[in-house]
Amino acid sequence: MLKIENLSASYQTIDGPVHVVKHLNFDIRDNEIFGIAGESGCGKTTLLRVLYDIIQYPLSIDEGRVVLSGVKKGVPYELTTGEIRKAWWNNISYVPQAAQSVLNPIMRLKDQFLDSIPKQDRGDESKEQTLDRVRSYLKELGLSPDVLNAYPFQLSGGMRQRAIIALATFMSPGLILADEPTTALDVVVQRGILMMLTRLQKQYKNTLVIVSHDMGVHYQICDRVGIMYSGSLVELGPTADLFREPLHPYSRMLIGALPVVGDKSAKEGIPGRPPSLKDPPPGCRFAPRCPRASERCRREVPEFRQVRPGRFAACHLLEEEAQSHA
Amino acid sequence: MPDVKAAKLLELDKVTKVFRIGSILFGKKMTAIDQVSLSIDAGKPVILSIVGESGCGKSTLCKMILRVYKPDRGEIHLDGHNYADRRHYNADQFRLNVQPIFQNPYESFSSRKPVDSYLYNTALRLGIAKSRAEADAVVDQALKDVGLSLATVKGKYSAQFSGGELQRVSIARALITKPRLIIADEPVAAIDASMKMNIVNLFKELKDKYQVSFIYITHDLSTAYYVSDYIATLYRGVLVEYGPAKEIMDSPAHPYTELLMNAIPRVGDKWREDIALPDLESKEYMQTACKFANRCAYATDECRRETPSFEELGGERRVLCFHPLIGKKA
Repeated sequence: MLKIENLSASYQTIDGPVHVVKHLNFDIRDNEIFGIAGESGCGKTTLLRVLYDIIQYPLSIDEGRVVLSGVKKGVPYELTTGEIRKAWWNNISYVPQAAQSVLNPIMRLKDQFLDSIPKQDRGDESKEQTLDRVRSYLKELGLSPDVLNAYPFQLSGGMRQRAIIALATFMSPGLILADEPTTALDVVVQRGILMMLTRLQKQYKNTLVIVSHDMGVHYQICDRVGIMYSGSLVELGPTADLFREPLHPYSRMLIGALPVVGDKSAKEGIPGRPPSLKDPPPGCRFAPRCPRASERCRREVPEFRQVRPGRFAACHLLEEEAQSHA
Repeated sequence: MPDVKAAKLLELDKVTKVFRIGSILFGKKMTAIDQVSLSIDAGKPVILSIVGESGCGKSTLCKMILRVYKPDRGEIHLDGHNYADRRHYNADQFRLNVQPIFQNPYESFSSRKPVDSYLYNTALRLGIAKSRAEADAVVDQALKDVGLSLATVKGKYSAQFSGGELQRVSIARALITKPRLIIADEPVAAIDASMKMNIVNLFKELKDKYQVSFIYITHDLSTAYYVSDYIATLYRGVLVEYGPAKEIMDSPAHPYTELLMNAIPRVGDKWREDIALPDLESKEYMQTACKFANRCAYATDECRRETPSFEELGGERRVLCFHPLIGKKA
């Protein structure tokens, strides 16, 4: 399980700190596919970096922490921010954005696999024995073991992405973070890769966190989805419920703006633009674009809280609605 | 421009483009675009979407229409004039008629020049405005058409805009010449979901307002369905299906179009079964028989042996397949 406790992080710039992630409080449960959605610049990637404990200047944590816990091979573990690093590959792994270009272009894939498998896992196996394990794992994923002898540039984008996912999941970590795993790929390959990820998750019962701006992707594979806007979560809930009845005005407009095949009725995008993170509006950050914003929304930051069982949102309107019903 | 208007605005007749991979002596030839024929009528503006996966030749095709590449075989006609015919070619005239919009607006505009300078240059160089004052009005009007204004854009650099806004500016730039055809190569691929619809809505609106036709190149079938009047599916450089958008999306005739449709991550309709992914793409380009045969669920021996030819399905639909998924209309 991954617990995110009152997490805030910021980038240091010449003009002072820019708060990119603000007061996040949520859990990612074991054995689920968790989606993080939002527009570019809303802090999705920064959040993943903090979860994966890649905290380097100019990024820094202002407040809160991340707790990674679970059991591997019968041994329970609990790690907090700063220690998570030690569990890389073994308990947590990360598939970064544009993963197709993270492979070393002048190394064959088999050497890159050997490089990333920790010594304690290999024990006194010979290279060939380890590679045999890798080969059978690749076959399991539906990839030809021939890719091990290829250089990255000899593979297509989709193949490279699948090889990276194989690399990240080979040690069967309890948690896999994937940042826009299919963005640069076309629809058919995208579908193949998403199906592969879900198959893996079902088989190994690990947790998968997928960051994507494509709401369709979340709908297809995620169990729960969190929607981010300007550095904070505005809504979180089970995928089916969230798509059927989005609670926050932002998620409602975002889902309303999706083109649907078979429906040619006019759709509107969201007017305006996301606020600058350097100088955000004082109240709810969505208020300037929200059609239903009131005076209070512009003044007070809404609290992210449970609105209904299992469903969380940060909006004053929902609070007021609940009060008027009571 | 000639007085007699041609019936077709744009006509591609068996256009072929061959690229050479490797050295001249030992290289292989790869047919990136293989005998593609398409046309856009002159009378009524339309949005024609060209869809297909990456590497299918979408961008090569659009570069040929923009005269960046010369076709190796086949002809392209604009307003009845052959591209190869140099006598009728006038670069400025061509630019007045055909304008491009590219995928990444941050790459379309230099980060060191204010974006409005591009709009002024277009207006002044192509003789749409004679003076700076005239250009002010022209630029302002174009920006207003895309929901911006000169006052908000003037003097700003590309980094000061969001992707959606900057793409609007590049559409405004294309509009200045009052073109008859706009080639939009993946215009919304780099744009956020909340802005995407604003851009494609703009295409619809401009089509009627300015009587301009669009060639919309995309791999995003859901927006293609939403905006376009016609859809052309490309697979490995070959046009495999063409027809009115609604009919194709409701009942695709080519198995590849069906595969593409099923791969859209839709909201409201979950995937069930797995799909097969191709392993070696370059081989398919070389193949002489139906290039889709290896991945096709309906392929027979005939498909692996012979090259299919276009079959008319009635209406305006045609498909390149031995066993189309829908029957011919009576």
